[in-house]
Amino acid sequence: METPQVVEIKNMSFAYQARNVLKDVNLTVPQGDFATIVGPNGGGKTTLLKLLLGLLPPSSGTIKIFGTSPAKSRVKIGYMPQYSHLDMQFPVTVMDVALMGRLARCKWGRYSSRDRDAAATALEEVKMDTFKETHFNALSGGQKQRVLIARALCSEPELLLLDEPTSNIDQESEKDLFNILQRLNHRMTILLVSHDLGFTSQVVKSVICVNRQVVIHPTTTIDGTMIKDIYGGDLKMIRHDHRCCEMGHMHD
Amino acid sequence: MTTAAVKWGTCMTDLIQILTQPDFQFLRNALIVGILASISFGIIGTYVVTKRISYLAGAISHCAFGGIGAALYLNRTFGLTWLTPMMGAVASALAAAIITGLVSLYAKEREDTVIGAIWSVGMAAGLIFIDLTPGYFEISSFLFGDILLISSRDIVLVLILDAFIVTATLLFYNRLLAVCFDDEFATLRGIHAHVYYIFLLCLIALTIVLLVRIVGIVMVIALLTLPAAVAGKFTTRMWKMMLLSIFFCMSFNTTGLALGFFRGLSSGPSIIIIAGLSYLIVISIQKVKPMIKKRASFIQLQK
Repeated sequence: METPQVVEIKNMSFAYQARNVLKDVNLTVPQGDFATIVGPNGGGKTTLLKLLLGLLPPSSGTIKIFGTSPAKSRVKIGYMPQYSHLDMQFPVTVMDVALMGRLARCKWGRYSSRDRDAAATALEEVKMDTFKETHFNALSGGQKQRVLIARALCSEPELLLLDEPTSNIDQESEKDLFNILQRLNHRMTILLVSHDLGFTSQVVKSVICVNRQVVIHPTTTIDGTMIKDIYGGDLKMIRHDHRCCEMGHMHD
Repeated sequence: MTTAAVKWGTCMTDLIQILTQPDFQFLRNALIVGILASISFGIIGTYVVTKRISYLAGAISHCAFGGIGAALYLNRTFGLTWLTPMMGAVASALAAAIITGLVSLYAKEREDTVIGAIWSVGMAAGLIFIDLTPGYFEISSFLFGDILLISSRDIVLVLILDAFIVTATLLFYNRLLAVCFDDEFATLRGIHAHVYYIFLLCLIALTIVLLVRIVGIVMVIALLTLPAAVAGKFTTRMWKMMLLSIFFCMSFNTTGLALGFFRGLSSGPSIIIIAGLSYLIVISIQKVKPMIKKRASFIQLQK
């Protein structure tokens, strides 16, 4: 039996103010995949994510998520944004934030005890259940990210999208994070945007390179030298990546 | 210390005596409106402060003046006697709320420029309308508030507003919380975040207009934001912040009115000065406290 495709993008382009941000994108993500979206800054990673969420409409071509439009399948998508755009003084507790993931399910805008249980379970899953009553902004970067994952999880998604979950956190937290994600991958498809591939490649199943065009690599084809080639250093990373996506890589 | 306490005691008995006299109906009305209005102010002020849109609220309140002017003009020139300045203010404040909301959401303009434009154009329109209207008007009561103008009808209006705002908050608390905290995520959870945002701005507009009577157009923003700002220093949850800011708003209004009355000062500015001083004191204490603690532990270490 064939694995169903969670994401299907066909000949999709996206232009912003007459400038092509993404061009002729063809991409499929099978169910159960764990993929990272990598690429240089300004290459269109965040744009691709917003297109997948239906927050931006494509200029041409089609995007299908679970066989239908992104806006319609939103309820099945769990989304973890970067926490840096959130107000650092907002009066919410960890539990308040996690419960927001249940908004689509609760009736009349009130949370039931089932909603509370789901939020508590999700917090437990990311090991943040002891912080329920803590002010969200009193947490460290890694903890905030885990709470935002819990918020995405408690809507019981089938596809989890994460935007730069490894930015602004230390290595230890990053390791914890990937352990959690690896466990979650057993029951949902995961797509994450990342700026570094070095560590993620040990966990992820495929890599999606985005630099105006989109190219997929199964991780099995990525060996040590190639990673070093692409992400040898921060400055080189951008230049090499650019080249590799334009013509360097061989793929299916 | 004791003399101060005695003085305070006599003040309070004076106040109670005054409040029971029929001659001071206006003061009684002002106090009742001040206390009742605090409920709307505390709730809406919390949204304004946490969503960081006090400038938007400022534009809405100044735009209300345009409506006041227009209503006066239409009333006198075209004989529309049913059209009160209050109705004009409500209409223009709501229009300003919707326009600023749509601009901040959709138009890719510099938001602060648009807000500034609405702010002063609304004000200018009001002044021009008043110029065009025959007769002389004392506009300072609209700009700076005048408790002498508060009637028992205002009490009813404020009660209706309170009921409306409390109901809306109870119904939409969780959704508004999500929209204010992270509107993108709220959208992804199937909430019409933009609709809720505009709705919130309309609630802000209504609150501002009804409360202009007490502190006036120019100062209403301070009374909207300062109690919530003080409350925000003591709590980490939205609903607690609302309750606390209702309490602070009540205290500021009452002490301000009392101060104004006993010292013969304008009540609006008295309320604002008390609110401003309280905010200053609270943030100063918060800044100084850790320093003292640090110093104390340093001395302990030296011993």
